[in-house]
Amino acid sequence: MGETMKEENSAGNISRREMLAGTAIAVTTLALTKVTGVEAASPPQAVVPVVSAEVSFTVNGKIQKLEIDTRTTLLDSLREHLHLTGTKKGCDHGQCGACTVLVNGKRINSCLSLALQHENDSITTIEGLGTPEKLHPMQSAFIKHDGYQCGYCTPGQICSAVAVLEEIKAGIPSHASGDLNAEMLFTNAEFRERMSGNICRCGAYSNIAEAAAEVAGA
Amino acid sequence: MKSFTYQRVTTPAEAAAAIADKPGAKFLAGGTNLLDLMKLQIETPAHLIDIGRIGLDKIEPTANGGLRIGALVSNTDLAADPKIRKDYGVLSRALLAGASGQLRNKATTAGNLLQRTRCPYFYDTNQPCNKRVPGSGCAAIAGFSKQLAVIGSSDACIATHPSDMAVGMMALDAVVETINPAGKTRQIPISQLYRLPGKTPHLETNLEKNELITSVVLPAPVGGTHIYHKVRDRASYAFALVSVAAILFKDGSGKIAIGGVAPRPWRVPGAEKLIPSGAKAFAAKLMEGARPTQDNKYKLALVERTIELVLKEGKS
Repeated sequence: MGETMKEENSAGNISRREMLAGTAIAVTTLALTKVTGVEAASPPQAVVPVVSAEVSFTVNGKIQKLEIDTRTTLLDSLREHLHLTGTKKGCDHGQCGACTVLVNGKRINSCLSLALQHENDSITTIEGLGTPEKLHPMQSAFIKHDGYQCGYCTPGQICSAVAVLEEIKAGIPSHASGDLNAEMLFTNAEFRERMSGNICRCGAYSNIAEAAAEVAGA
Repeated sequence: MKSFTYQRVTTPAEAAAAIADKPGAKFLAGGTNLLDLMKLQIETPAHLIDIGRIGLDKIEPTANGGLRIGALVSNTDLAADPKIRKDYGVLSRALLAGASGQLRNKATTAGNLLQRTRCPYFYDTNQPCNKRVPGSGCAAIAGFSKQLAVIGSSDACIATHPSDMAVGMMALDAVVETINPAGKTRQIPISQLYRLPGKTPHLETNLEKNELITSVVLPAPVGGTHIYHKVRDRASYAFALVSVAAILFKDGSGKIAIGGVAPRPWRVPGAEKLIPSGAKAFAAKLMEGARPTQDNKYKLALVERTIELVLKEGKS
């Protein structure tokens, strides 16, 4: 969805993303100058070498090979290396769910996973669920039911909601399930409990739940 | 995050041997807690041994009618396993009361047992913390301690163990199985896995250096009514203020462990003969020796009332 925003911003205008990227470079240059100045007066610090390693995984059906700093999270590998900026960095500590992606069909927080842990995994991001021309039913339902305001948490909400429907179909219970051994059904209470790892500061929750209910046929 | 080298291993024995060769190395399983702590530089391993693909991801029957849960079974898969749901409901309920769907998909059984405290002073690297920097002091005792321990704590540390799953396993008398770098295996009852902080809160378990948990064994089903009741500040996705894991039998007896109150899941088997006498008598014995702060003395009343609720639910 982020890529779409960029395309819509054509006609010679600098997009918000490009503007921010330009600012970041300017700030970095300033910081480097400052550090160089300090270093001239103080003893040199030990340089910690960057350790890199190779990883290969499939993202939205395409095989990707990366040589990356071992510290790179799956989230940063998607955003900074593969430029799939639909997946968002919110808290970067697994508390907000903005970074939710599907790995081998299961939703995880991509911020709390090293890219290196995903050798040969199959990853689906918001860009892989649907395209502007051919939206995933959950994307269409979010638009129809106004399931977002600022949109920042939306890719994570949509990936999570798609996975929740699959989890219910697979019979995985939740904290809201009355009987652990009964058939699992989509209800508003079930959906809300299962989505508690996706925070929306705009408070679009009730519309998100309506969107998911429509897709679930509930 | 501090720079580190990274290695994948393929068997438990290879994992245990690999860690012995590398000073400053840690095992990486799901990573949901370790990576978070590495970002904050509370954990700074020089080397990570990724054990994500060494097997240990099955739940299998044991010879005496119990279940052996592989250390790498995810929290989701464990909670959803038909045998766990049917015969060990307290464990399924405890798991589902913890974390979020995304985290449960990634978090592992052994990783859940070994997760670190969420004490805010452990997380704030500007504050003294005997668990994070031994000997530096404890900022929590005179700080905001509403969430923290009321029993089993010490003058050096009042952190709680954050797991829900471990509370369920404590009520179920689970046994942890391990392997060490020499290839030697052993069994540790979960009641003996965790240390109380005393003067050394940085030593949290009785695992030896470089010992790897390979599985958790549940004894044969004991029947009874299984209940996990968690009290927290919001309805979902929050750590427990108090939680009660209970297996209650028709004759009025039971097994009860408490979460959110101590540095480990809190269970006093000697107090359980008082369960038939009701919540007040049982809770008084269970929480004997409690040393709450002004901020968290409410937990003692909350423990008693939550037990009362659970005992009522067990009878209905």
